[in-house]
Amino acid sequence: MDNLFVYLEIEDGVVAEVSQELLTKGRSLANQLGCKLEAIAAGVNLGKVEEQVFPYGVDVLHIFEDKRLLPYTTLPHTSILVKLFKEEKPQICLLGATIIGRDLGPRVSSSLGSGLTADCTSLEIGSHENKKEGKVYENLLYQIRPAFGGNIVANIVNPDHRPQMATVREGVMKKEIFDPYYKGEAIVHDVNDYVNEEDFIVSIIDRHIEKSKVNIKNSPIIVSGGYGVGSKENFELLYKLADLLGAEVGASRAAVDAGYTEHERQIGQTGVTVRPKVYIACGISGQIQHIAGMQESSIIISINNDPAAPINSIADYVITGEVENVIPKMIKYYKKNTK
Amino acid sequence: MAFNIIVLAKQVPDTRNVGKDAMKADGTVNRAALPAIFNPEDLNALEQALEVKDRFPGSKITILTMGPGRAAEILREGLFRGADDGVLLTDRAFAGADTLATSYALSMAIRKIGEFDFIFSGRQAIDGDTAQVGPQVAEKLGIPQITYAEHIEKIDKNSVRIKRRLDNGVEVVESPLPVLITVNGSARSCRPRNAKLLLKYKHAKTVTERQVENLDYIDIYDSRPFLNLTEWSVADVAADPLLCGLSGSPTKVKKTENVVFQTKENKHISDSDIEIDELMKELIENHTIG
Repeated sequence: MDNLFVYLEIEDGVVAEVSQELLTKGRSLANQLGCKLEAIAAGVNLGKVEEQVFPYGVDVLHIFEDKRLLPYTTLPHTSILVKLFKEEKPQICLLGATIIGRDLGPRVSSSLGSGLTADCTSLEIGSHENKKEGKVYENLLYQIRPAFGGNIVANIVNPDHRPQMATVREGVMKKEIFDPYYKGEAIVHDVNDYVNEEDFIVSIIDRHIEKSKVNIKNSPIIVSGGYGVGSKENFELLYKLADLLGAEVGASRAAVDAGYTEHERQIGQTGVTVRPKVYIACGISGQIQHIAGMQESSIIISINNDPAAPINSIADYVITGEVENVIPKMIKYYKKNTK
Repeated sequence: MAFNIIVLAKQVPDTRNVGKDAMKADGTVNRAALPAIFNPEDLNALEQALEVKDRFPGSKITILTMGPGRAAEILREGLFRGADDGVLLTDRAFAGADTLATSYALSMAIRKIGEFDFIFSGRQAIDGDTAQVGPQVAEKLGIPQITYAEHIEKIDKNSVRIKRRLDNGVEVVESPLPVLITVNGSARSCRPRNAKLLLKYKHAKTVTERQVENLDYIDIYDSRPFLNLTEWSVADVAADPLLCGLSGSPTKVKKTENVVFQTKENKHISDSDIEIDELMKELIENHTIG
């Protein structure tokens, strides 16, 4: 009872990055709360999951091995979580804000009547006072996320309902081994105790994974464009500079919405979180939702015609000017100085 | 073959084009400064519904929204594009609802609408970006959900085959009906307003709108019943007030704030050739780039 659970996403027997990040965060929250860290693995080919997750400080691993559980479909995974949570009564449940986590989390929360906060950028433990009812709550999960298109940051709590559920995007939390020799306990459950036939009414006919061509997450240099780039044509300049520097091209949500570039390149709270060595922000004003996804870049260069653009306050270099003037000059002088 | 279709839609502040006056001095959102729009992905959802109706004439589309009185605007938008009916769920008791209380209210309204084969909604709304209400409504109704839908491949009397957009690929799934489908922004855009329908439904109003506007051509609402937009309260859908609005919301907003960024010491550079030349030299020399 009262432990912290992480739902693991597993592909080909390998625990996903986002799940490893959640385990890391989960371990530190569990230490603060003085509770156990438990993890759920549902699928097939789970033999190697133990050795992957125990070093993150997992105390209990719940294993649900059944070929009907992979590929993921909503209903059986929901049934497993709902019944397990009724038995185990966790205080917190963390899921990745992935296609799976954002499909599963709300269904489980609705079934249990518990609160769920999507796309958290920070999770902390703290107290909460309901002044109206004169009630004080200790050790609640602070679920912190940008809201309102990223224009404000909200701290959300679930005072009275358990588990407190939250999803977090990949790359937002850092993963870190807790103890390479940590040994937890693995419990193998009988899947048939948790699911029933009606859970399998949705079937997967075909599935093909196309590995994304865009790999901004692991690129050491990112040239990123915002609405201020002005047009799709101007965006081509970013690709030119990126090619020259061996960089990837990223974008703010406004640029993606304006159709300047594709969705996979979106950086920010509702896109990808990046930590490159160099981040060149072109015509990006710096809404919170964008900054949440790139503020840990080592060096930030901002190109903006507005010297008061919010992003400039976190930049190391601020170039004031039009993107379409500045980038060709950067290209020209980069070439000149590397000859 | 004809289907009963419900489209869930939300009127949202246009958070994508936030100007400098969008935030008040005290750090709260100045809603009045933001235009209210039809949530973009809900338009993709409406288009999917309209395509089902195109393929199966006689199908009926009801567009359902929860919000303040002005949210009736998006019901009219739906009618102008081909929906048959609009329902506004509005009541002070719904105010402050989180996703769970919202999905409870919507599910009660759907039960009142009655028989349905499809529910379509957008993947998520741009003011909250949670993507939670769709799956939660499906759970409350006890029907399957297909999220991130991009295209309907095939419809049979009792089942539907749908292509979903995943992070790195696609998946084709088949589900029995009834089903709730959340539609991704990558699906086909919604058709524009139809001129004939615009004329037909221009004066479609909810009861409250008619009262507030004190219309003098009131008898047209008797002679043309299709101009009456349905308006339901908590009591109308037999919802438990304790499960609605703020009291029905497990999540509470403890605090909201503007973020103050950790300001760095920064170097200012103009767009002159000399200064950019110097900058590139510096970046290459200190191995930032190159």
